[in-house]
Amino acid sequence: MVARRLADESVQPAAFVFNNENATWADWKIGLYPTGRQQSAVIPLLMRAQEQDGWVSRASIEKVADMLGMAYIRVLEVATFYTQFQLQPVGTRAHVQVCGTTPCMLRGAERLIEVCKGKIHHEPHHLSADGTMSWEEVECAGACVNAPMVTIFKDTYEDLSEDRLVEIIDAFAAGNGHTIKAGTQIDRLNAAPEGGRVVLLEEATTYREKFVPPPAPPEATVAASPAAPAAPAAPASPAAPPAPTTAARPKDVTEESAPAIKGPSADAKVSEAKAEDERKAADTSAKADGEPNKAMRPEATGAESDAAKIDGGKAPGKNAASAPADGATATGAKKSRTIIAPKANPKEVNPIAEKGGDAPLFVTPEGTADDLKLISGVGPVLERRINALGITKWSQVAALTPEQIDLVEGSLNFKGRVARDNWLAQAEVLARGGEEEYTRVFGKKPR
Amino acid sequence: MLADKDRIFTNLYGHGDWGLEGARKRGGWNGTKEFLDQGRDWITNEVKASGLRGRGGAGFPTGLKWSFMPKVNDGRPHYLLVNADESEPGTCKDREILRHDPHHLIEGCLIACRAMDSNLAFIYVRGEFVRERERLERAVEEAYEAKLIGKDNIHGWDLDIIVHHGAGAYICGEETALMESLEGKKGQPRLKPPFPAGMGVYGNPTTVNNVESIAVVPEILRRSAGWFSSIGRPNNVGTKLLMVSGHVNKPATFEEALGESFKDIIEKHCGGIRGGWDNLLAVIPGGASCPVVRGEDMMDVIMDFDGLREKKSSFGTGGMIVMDKSTDIIKAIWRISAFFKHESCGQCTPCREGTGWMMRVMERMVEGRAQKREIDMLFEVTKQIEGHTICALGDAAAWPVQGLIRNFRDVIEQRIDQYTYSSTSDGAVPSIAAE
Repeated sequence: MVARRLADESVQPAAFVFNNENATWADWKIGLYPTGRQQSAVIPLLMRAQEQDGWVSRASIEKVADMLGMAYIRVLEVATFYTQFQLQPVGTRAHVQVCGTTPCMLRGAERLIEVCKGKIHHEPHHLSADGTMSWEEVECAGACVNAPMVTIFKDTYEDLSEDRLVEIIDAFAAGNGHTIKAGTQIDRLNAAPEGGRVVLLEEATTYREKFVPPPAPPEATVAASPAAPAAPAAPASPAAPPAPTTAARPKDVTEESAPAIKGPSADAKVSEAKAEDERKAADTSAKADGEPNKAMRPEATGAESDAAKIDGGKAPGKNAASAPADGATATGAKKSRTIIAPKANPKEVNPIAEKGGDAPLFVTPEGTADDLKLISGVGPVLERRINALGITKWSQVAALTPEQIDLVEGSLNFKGRVARDNWLAQAEVLARGGEEEYTRVFGKKPR
Repeated sequence: MLADKDRIFTNLYGHGDWGLEGARKRGGWNGTKEFLDQGRDWITNEVKASGLRGRGGAGFPTGLKWSFMPKVNDGRPHYLLVNADESEPGTCKDREILRHDPHHLIEGCLIACRAMDSNLAFIYVRGEFVRERERLERAVEEAYEAKLIGKDNIHGWDLDIIVHHGAGAYICGEETALMESLEGKKGQPRLKPPFPAGMGVYGNPTTVNNVESIAVVPEILRRSAGWFSSIGRPNNVGTKLLMVSGHVNKPATFEEALGESFKDIIEKHCGGIRGGWDNLLAVIPGGASCPVVRGEDMMDVIMDFDGLREKKSSFGTGGMIVMDKSTDIIKAIWRISAFFKHESCGQCTPCREGTGWMMRVMERMVEGRAQKREIDMLFEVTKQIEGHTICALGDAAAWPVQGLIRNFRDVIEQRIDQYTYSSTSDGAVPSIAAE
């Protein structure tokens, strides 16, 4: 960090006022932020003050603090923390900010600094003899592919040579800064390579084609036809292409079911921003999601057509088995994209059914099913699973015995979920008076 | 290599009209309502299925991050905070999006906000990007005027966008520092937990995403998740804006598929290394905080998250800093140390004191005015900084130095020998060194 202090009292002006235009602008800016959060406008306002005066004085800090109802020290903290605020007067015609960080340094920023030292002042942050120019070295200004560069007030001047910088400084010193074209100073279009762009030569289209994977190899289709007579048309027809989305879709991507994301607490031990840990998290989640990338790539998208061919040749049975299912899911492009497709998720395992018992745990009551999703903690997927157990009514949930809760949680694979989210109380209230009663009791709407 | 029709940022170089008309001609705002109508779960799942990983450097899966937002609204508003505080040396991709393809970002904000039940998005642009911010503000105005966003817009999902800006602090790129700064305070990172998804801006649930992560979402939905995930290797899918700076013949920013080799990319887009491939000394592959990799190791490297992890470095933001054999590698890394010393926020002692200490030792090593045992000591100290700070800036400051010691120890030792030799051979006692 850098220690920064306000300029000496001898140069501090007695008072600061925004001019009319800036005052109007400031009112508008403060009004943008949510009520009671006008403090957010402190950086924009200080910046505007700096644009007006060239630098941030004690008077302007106090003025901004008064406008926002902040303590002076809080604004002073902000002004000294952020290095873009100039705390002492800068050149009236130009304050040259040379980027000196590695990418610019590699392309000659040190020579630009020498130019500034020679032409303006041998020390940064000092005014030139006539007080019109000053310079400083700044950290990366974000134009690395156009290095080396300088910033003068709002504009950047990029791809500089020493000679060109001399010309620019001379122009500004003479008060002719506006004659210099901002941006790159060589034959180049912004960030494109010098001498003309090598990509983006085609005109972009207004309408984007949905991604259509190459059709499945013919052998697979033939193999599939005896088993499912309706299937052969499906893979070839462009109306039913979204096999990729279907396959790409992780097996079950609700928040509830991915162990890695049962709550931020799993990540809580480490800083989220640390790349290494996040990669691990990504890996875990990928596994939990049924490895979406691997699953989606070779067989289903056909992106690697060789792989698909090999796969199709060696194991036509596999494709044959999946074809009807895909066909069923993918009858309409839109439908197949809908993530909640209760019928057509062959991979979804009903735990009860798997254990050999076809019969649901509970007897499904007659009448229309209640919307179990209104219970906080129950999402669409969970609702489907609970329905599969035979529970469709709020009253059933409310009446669960501890043993039954164990059974339910066991089959949902969510230990402790019912108690943690307080399903019973929620369901009881819902069963008593529906949404209205819920809102009354819990003070908020059900989801 | 990526075909033009598969590029997401079709006005990357500003050769077309950046405004709403131009964006529409290039496919922007096409079918947005249809996506929104399918609901938040569909959007989130589609983004998850696309395999999109955050483009800001850490590579955290974007869809997963969105799903951390509370499902049930407890009365507090939800916010999207777009991180356009792009300050990592070597990185300048968001700048091109902000000034040449701003509508990608605005449309992405609308979709992302739908996916996390939010009606207010902040876009925090770094203070130095003045012209870029003005351009973005104008684009947001256009979107309001065309009723694409705002209250009662044609998409049926209310969204306000506030363009905010900083004032030159690298640390504000860290998500919690970003929130502090947005709240009008010093940009010093917060401890986690609570995580932003539970308690972020103004204490409300917030998701922080990089500009590029948000700006690619509309196109992913238009082309389908399967399209995006079919590009690149598993777990490293999609297209990415890459930047090459330093000693190549033609530095440039461009969009390329992940999973291409470093050599192909440089040959195609940048006209090769200055002085030929034999002249390549080292590459910092993903912005200044990534450990440096020796040139010969870069020859066969695949440019994606896993490819660079194999080289003990990191893909980061995709901003490659290329150095040829004319480079003083110690000095190049010293300058990065100076950068981190300048940008440390001063909150945690290991980072505040450590970054300055590292810079001063590096300064001596540039001259060779050091002992060889100090190399190990320096390495030790970087390990004391790494992992002992609230945010990752301490780590980011330690990695370049570690990379230098790991890969260029011989150069440092040689420099020390040279300094010792010069100081003894050039005076009254020339024979001591010889004996």
